[in-house]
Amino acid sequence: MCLGIPGEVIELHPEQPDLAKVNVSGVRRLINIGLLSDDPPKPGEWVLIHVGFALSKIDEAEAAAAMEFLESIGQAYEDEIAALRESLIE
Amino acid sequence: MRFVDEFRDADKARALAVKIAALCEPGREYKFMEVCGGHTHTIYKHGIEDYLPEAITLVHGPGCPVCVIPMGRVDDAIHLASRPDVIMTSFGDMMRVPGSDGSFFDAKASGTDIRMVYSPLDSLKIARQNPDRQVVFMAIGFETTAPSTAMTMKRAAAEGLSNFSVFCNHVTIIPAIKAILDSPDLRLDGFIGPGHVSTVIGCRPYEFIARVYGKPVVVAGFEPLDILQSIYMLMLQLSQGRYQVENQYSRVVPWDGNPVALKVIAETMELRPYFEWRGLGFISHSALRVRDSFAAMDAENLFPVPGVRVADPKACQCGEVLKGVLKPWECKVFGTACTPETPIGTCMVSPEGACAAYYNYGRMQRDRIVEVAISD
Amino acid sequence: MTEPVTDREQLVLDRIDRARRRRPRVREERITMSHGSGGKATQTLVEAIFLEMFRNPLLEPLEDAASLPAGGGRMAFTTDSYVVSPLFFPGGSIGDLAVNGTVNDLSVAGATPQYLSAGFILEEGFPVADLTRIAQAMRDAALAAGVHIVTGDTKVVQRGKADGCYITTAGVGVIERGVTLGVARARPGDAVIVSGPVGDHGVTIMLARGELDIEADVRSDTAPLNGLVTALLDAVPGVRAMRDATRGGVATILNEIARAADVGVLVNEADIPVGPEVRGACELLGIDPMYVACEGRLVAVVPGDHAQAAVRAMRGHPLGTQACVIGSVTGDQPGIVRLKTAFGGTRIVDLLVGDPLPRIC
Repeated sequence: MCLGIPGEVIELHPEQPDLAKVNVSGVRRLINIGLLSDDPPKPGEWVLIHVGFALSKIDEAEAAAAMEFLESIGQAYEDEIAALRESLIE
Repeated sequence: MRFVDEFRDADKARALAVKIAALCEPGREYKFMEVCGGHTHTIYKHGIEDYLPEAITLVHGPGCPVCVIPMGRVDDAIHLASRPDVIMTSFGDMMRVPGSDGSFFDAKASGTDIRMVYSPLDSLKIARQNPDRQVVFMAIGFETTAPSTAMTMKRAAAEGLSNFSVFCNHVTIIPAIKAILDSPDLRLDGFIGPGHVSTVIGCRPYEFIARVYGKPVVVAGFEPLDILQSIYMLMLQLSQGRYQVENQYSRVVPWDGNPVALKVIAETMELRPYFEWRGLGFISHSALRVRDSFAAMDAENLFPVPGVRVADPKACQCGEVLKGVLKPWECKVFGTACTPETPIGTCMVSPEGACAAYYNYGRMQRDRIVEVAISD
Repeated sequence: MTEPVTDREQLVLDRIDRARRRRPRVREERITMSHGSGGKATQTLVEAIFLEMFRNPLLEPLEDAASLPAGGGRMAFTTDSYVVSPLFFPGGSIGDLAVNGTVNDLSVAGATPQYLSAGFILEEGFPVADLTRIAQAMRDAALAAGVHIVTGDTKVVQRGKADGCYITTAGVGVIERGVTLGVARARPGDAVIVSGPVGDHGVTIMLARGELDIEADVRSDTAPLNGLVTALLDAVPGVRAMRDATRGGVATILNEIARAADVGVLVNEADIPVGPEVRGACELLGIDPMYVACEGRLVAVVPGDHAQAAVRAMRGHPLGTQACVIGSVTGDQPGIVRLKTAFGGTRIVDLLVGDPLPRIC
């Protein structure tokens, strides 16, 4: 429901451990990462941002798996279309 | 944009659409509810329904935390904001919601100091800059947003800020879903589960939907491919006779949610015995209030609030739309007395309310892509 | 293949349609910020109050500039007010907007911009150094655009009013070519072209206000478009209409075209240029870049078979290097603007009531 955007952590605030700077497509903002205190994000990791807070880390492995699934469906679809085309020998 | 663009790919969408259509049993109709207003918004904004076969209908649920705020609470907020010593801060979503005597926007036009913020933390900045005024933050949202309000309160306490408080209107999602399930008017085949609420509460709270009511639930992301994939996963469950909770949005949603977030909510807030939801009536244990230990930041404790219950205008059928019983255009006042410029109910005001979404995005004849894809 | 529209749904669609064509009326008792955003509320205000009271054939087209008979030929005449806050921002200042905005309104009317007036409303306490900076910016902008500021006025109001400085301008220019431009001339088959990436100015201002704590390398796109317009008109004399995309963004102009010419407009999301930072900021805030203000972009409607020539001509000019066709004018669904999303679905692009508001949901 709520607007959450993926952003890349660029740097942690030198003085305030609760804050980090994130990059969203070239736009930078300081956000509060206090909700991830169990496993704070490091620069280079991606987080989900909602109203100035990081709610969760983006699991790159899961994202890759999700993409793989979608690609496999896409590939299966293309294979079928190719097979269909090949079978039209008139 | 990474983690966004790849989930908006049209070719993969076509492939998924074909697979979804292939799972439809001939002669059978399917009704899935997307609980979350953000999903309603995505569905309309990207034209996702164009990819679904006619047999599948999407029903829009009550997961719009702005839409469910009763008019009386809006009046209460404006009453608070009208105090000369108060600066009210609010998210943009609330600005046009109609109370009995106008919205925040109208109040602002009459001189009330209401300021829009992107984050609740921005309210603290305003509080620091205006030590002689009281800053009241209009807190709305489901469990997605409650942790942010909680963290802001803790921050204020840590800094010793004495001029900041919260007018708490956070609501919880499970009671709303339960109200839908118990509603006799609805027959749903499954749920597209809220994505971002689940990052906080996890996926377990939905298990009762599968266990007790026998309906599949797929927790979904917010990009168009996420939603299509979730529908595919629901159809797969149905075709295989399964009903479980599955997590399509696993790249963001941890199965167990965010314990830190749940902890800070519990530290600062507690469940109200009951709360009125616009259109759904009173639901017990469905909303949060500020805990006594944080009473100094509870606007309802610091200031007198009228607390008058205002009945929805007779013509308003938001309740039925929120429950998914009526499609927007089936409401008697949709498009006539109730438009985005002259909204009667919140479903039309909130950009993700089903009516606003349909009015702004969806009013037209559709060309179904899926039929075209299959006939290719 | 179309889904059959139920009777009930058709009834409602017809009702909405009739409501859209009804006589405009301002329902509010007081002016709100929505009335200034360029969307529905502004449109209703202009039609219900100003057009109603001042009605005459020269005003009725409600184009960016009025086209007036003058000494045997035609002249374009326009006016604008500038109330931007903050006064100085990356890419320019209120002074740049004042000159460029006026020049652009004249240019899209097919006129050669010539003379401007500048009225200043200054707040008591406003730093003279800032006023000097603004005047310098206006001087430089006027030079770049080839116009002269030939008359003006100054008023001072008490502290607390006028946000520092408000500027009102008027501009005139001769319409030398035998062009007749106007959005009402759009026809099915025409192409819709935009001169460059959208939303730069609006996002720059939102970020410059400092309330959102967002840093980005965005700059206002404020620029005088008369050179670009000349290049376009030289290559494609049959241009139907041009509009300066300002508040309300590209979406507002597309709706103006659809409404004035009673045609449909269909645009492709994938073809609309948006800078990456503008996109990032809009995604973060939940705002649609199509509704965000520009200050140096034009939208042109040209006959379909001249679209490539038009784009080529615009790309040859420094302000049009990213010009592209974003869609077309259609005969079906008149009055409605549709968007084919990058995802492949279709949706409607309606006028917003007021400014796009950042959302959390």
